[in-house]
Parts: sequence; structure tokens; C-alpha cells
Amino acid sequence: MNHQETSISRAEPDRVKTGVIQLLEAIQAKHGYLPKEELYRVARETNKPLVDIYGVATFYRAFSLVPRGRHLISVCLGTACHVRGGPTVAKEVEKILGIKAGQTTEDREFSLETVNCLGACALGPVMVIDGHYYPKVQIARVGEIIEAVKLGQKERLVETDQRLFPLEVSCSRCNHSLMDSRHAIDGHPVIRVTVAFDNKHGRMVLSSVYGSYKVESEHPIPEDTVVNFFCPHCHAEMIGGAKCGECGASMVPMIVRGGGIVQICSRKGCKGHMLDLGGVVID
Amino acid sequence: MITLHINGLKVQVEEGTTVLEAARFLGFPIPTLCHMEGLSPYGACRLCVVEIGQEPNSRLVSSCTFPVEEGLHVRTASRRVMRARKMILELLLASCPQSKVIQDLASEFHITQQRFRQEYEDCIMCGLCVRMCKEQMMSGAIGFRGRGQKRSIGTPFDITSDVCRQCGGCIYVCPACMLRCTYTEPEKAICGGCANISIPCYVKDQFKDMMCYMDPCVACEIKKD
Repeated sequence: MNHQETSISRAEPDRVKTGVIQLLEAIQAKHGYLPKEELYRVARETNKPLVDIYGVATFYRAFSLVPRGRHLISVCLGTACHVRGGPTVAKEVEKILGIKAGQTTEDREFSLETVNCLGACALGPVMVIDGHYYPKVQIARVGEIIEAVKLGQKERLVETDQRLFPLEVSCSRCNHSLMDSRHAIDGHPVIRVTVAFDNKHGRMVLSSVYGSYKVESEHPIPEDTVVNFFCPHCHAEMIGGAKCGECGASMVPMIVRGGGIVQICSRKGCKGHMLDLGGVVID
Repeated sequence: MITLHINGLKVQVEEGTTVLEAARFLGFPIPTLCHMEGLSPYGACRLCVVEIGQEPNSRLVSSCTFPVEEGLHVRTASRRVMRARKMILELLLASCPQSKVIQDLASEFHITQQRFRQEYEDCIMCGLCVRMCKEQMMSGAIGFRGRGQKRSIGTPFDITSDVCRQCGGCIYVCPACMLRCTYTEPEKAICGGCANISIPCYVKDQFKDMMCYMDPCVACEIKKD
């Protein structure tokens, strides 16, 4: 995003009143944090006191006033993760990295934050590093996970990306199986979810073969529509904190039987997906 | 004109008046902390709660932000209101016991002790100083930052704000910082909680065209002696 895009044109006076959060989001996306000079610039352009902009920037957790590290570690301290030992995981990470929650290591490699719920309570305690879910984190494995991230998580995951195999998944909230064996796509039982988009609500089935992308929906979904996914059992929206690496839409997390988590992009036509097996080997 | 009943008395007021203004017009006292004429209503301290509606569907609202409605029944000192007010005062005492304003209010309501964990905060987040700065002084040097427990009032980045004219209006309206404003040493006499710490009156000579809102200014008085 360049300066022209983030600056407000004087021809749109309405945006001057309402666009602060959008402006800050654009700046945050560009720099990874909100530099001081940019806040001064936003205040000047929106004709608001600097303190108002600063107030918004410090109110929302999504904004950071200090530079973030290359890898962002989020440790979940929501109720479910909390009772399963989330705080000890957070402490262990703090000990290993030598920083407190909300800080960044001196070499700008890691930022640590604690979050209140990642929507994967059945997997608690959950730790998310750069959008990858690490389920049921054990204290003894924290060091190992961080080392693996240092070495480069990307390469390690690309290997599994190339394979075609069926997955058996369950809801990340209630852990109820989403598989439906009455229906088959690609010769395997389908994943059944309910979806909502454009005021329409209906059933949708997805191929359980990883990398197949075949879907059948009750209502035809136009290309490029971002669809909300719901669990047909607990009716909770299946949404995690992660954003699609391809298009930026939210990712839909589902638990893989045997351990791990699969995330698919919620935008129709986008092939962004991610499989995180947390070190579990599938034969 | 809108007709409403306050403590059983029928009163006619202009549309857009708040319940607080209507009650005070009739002479019913309602204690307030975060309310000040000339500043926008804020509803932060909740001391001005009144009961509206008929039993059993009555509810408590903050009168300073509640506009009058046709046929509204208001009770400004019902048992429920008094109990709520006492609780609020106890909570205020628990967070900011050194404030003279809060102490006076508490004694007015015959509160001799409070049930909560004692803390010694400097600020009750009433937002008077923020509104004073923005609305009357047209400056906007201080404001709310952060949220939740970490919410605080001050300048951006905790450095002296360049739009602050050091008028002292924020200190003048503050109901919590009385102790420091009446302190015996000049350096400590000014609150400075907003990070515009350079003690305006203490170094007044540097600011020839300074606009001081403090009258009398405690720091200046002490310095004279």
C-alpha cells in the first residue's frame, strides 16, 4: 500500500469523519506497526486532535505502536485454554524468548502476545505462530516448536502440501465430526457445513480430499464471495484469527482427526489453504 | 414543551432538556461529579442516577444523559436510587479516597466506611479534563488512551503535547486531584498527570502570554511566600 492509497482525498469529506480505523489498518499493514510520524500525518489529514488518533490506536489490540517481530506468537488464554494450562505455556515462551507478553525480542525475530480466544477451544492449550495452529501444546515441546519456526516453518509445510489424501475433520469449537458418509465427492465422505452469504443460508458439502477444492452448495455461490462457515452441530461460526495468505479473507479452521488443524480460505474460488498436523505423521 | 413528572410534581420543560436539568430546575438536588455546564454530558460517574418509569418496570438511568420524554415519571431520591448512589460513592471512595469532592459527597450521604479493597488512584476517569480541553479550550491536548484496566488520561506518547497552552483548565475541573492541587510544595502542587509537567505557574516568567485558568493558583501563591 503506498501513500496515495492511504491518504484521504479532500473530495470525500464523509471519509474524513469515519476513516480513522481504516487508515490506521492500512498503515499497520504497510509497516507492521504504527510509526509515530504516520499518526501525526493521520491527525493532520483527518483534522482531528492527535490524541483522538492515539486513543484509537491504543484502544484496539490489532494496532501496535512498536515494531513487531518477524514471527508473531499468540498464546491463547481464553477460558478453555486457561484451564488446560495456557498461562504456563505463555510463561514458558516468555522464558525461552526472554521477553514478556506484548514485547518483541531484540533481534526482531519474535513478538509474543496473549489473546483471549482463538476459536479452537477443543484444541487447548493453543498457540498460534504466524497463523499456524499448534494444538494441545505441551510445555516440553514449546522450545522445539520455536526452534522449528526459527529454521523456517514454510519449507517444512510445503512438503505435506503436495499430497492428495482424505482428511477426517471436526468442528474446532465443539469437536463434533463434520463428516457425512451418505454423500461422496472424489470417492470419499464429504465435509458438511452450513454457510451464509448475501443473506442466504444453506448447506454446503466440501470434498474431504485435501487439495481437491470440489464443493457442492445448496445455493450457487458467486465467485469471489466471502462465505461465513457454521458448524451444523453447535451452530457456532467456524472462524479463527488467521487470514488467508493468498487473498486476506479469514481462514476457516477445522480439527483434523489424529491431531492438527486444517484451514481453508472462506473466499469462493480462492485456493488458499493450510494444513498443520503439529508433527503428527499420517500413513 | 414536554410534560413530565418528577417526584410526583408535574413540570413542563423544553424538548431536549435532560432529566438532570429538569430536576435541578425544580430544585431537586442530584449529586454529580462528571457533569459541568458548558461541557457535553458524559454519564461517566453515574452519581446522577434516577429511577424512571413505574414499578415494577422502573429502571435506573443517568439523568445527565437522559433527555426528557412526554409523560415520564422520574424519582430522584427513591430508596433504590439512594442505595445505588451509595454503592457508587463507596466504589469511588475505594478508588480515590483522597479527593475532597468525593469525601464531601460521601459524608453528605452518611457513608462512614466502604466495603471494597482500598486503592489510591489519581483519576476516576470522569473525563472532565478531556472535555474541558477539547470543548472549552479548543485544544485537544489530552484524551483517553488504552482501554480496560490500562485506560488512562494523558497526552499522546506521554510527551508534552504541542497543542497544550498550559491553561490549567484540566486541573481546575478535576474532582480527584485536590490533594496535589493544594499541596504545600510548589513542584508538587500541580497535577502534571497529563505529562504537561513543566509546572506552568512555577515557571510563569517563561510564558509571557500564558493563559492561566487557576484562580487563585496554589503554585503561584506558594511561590510568592
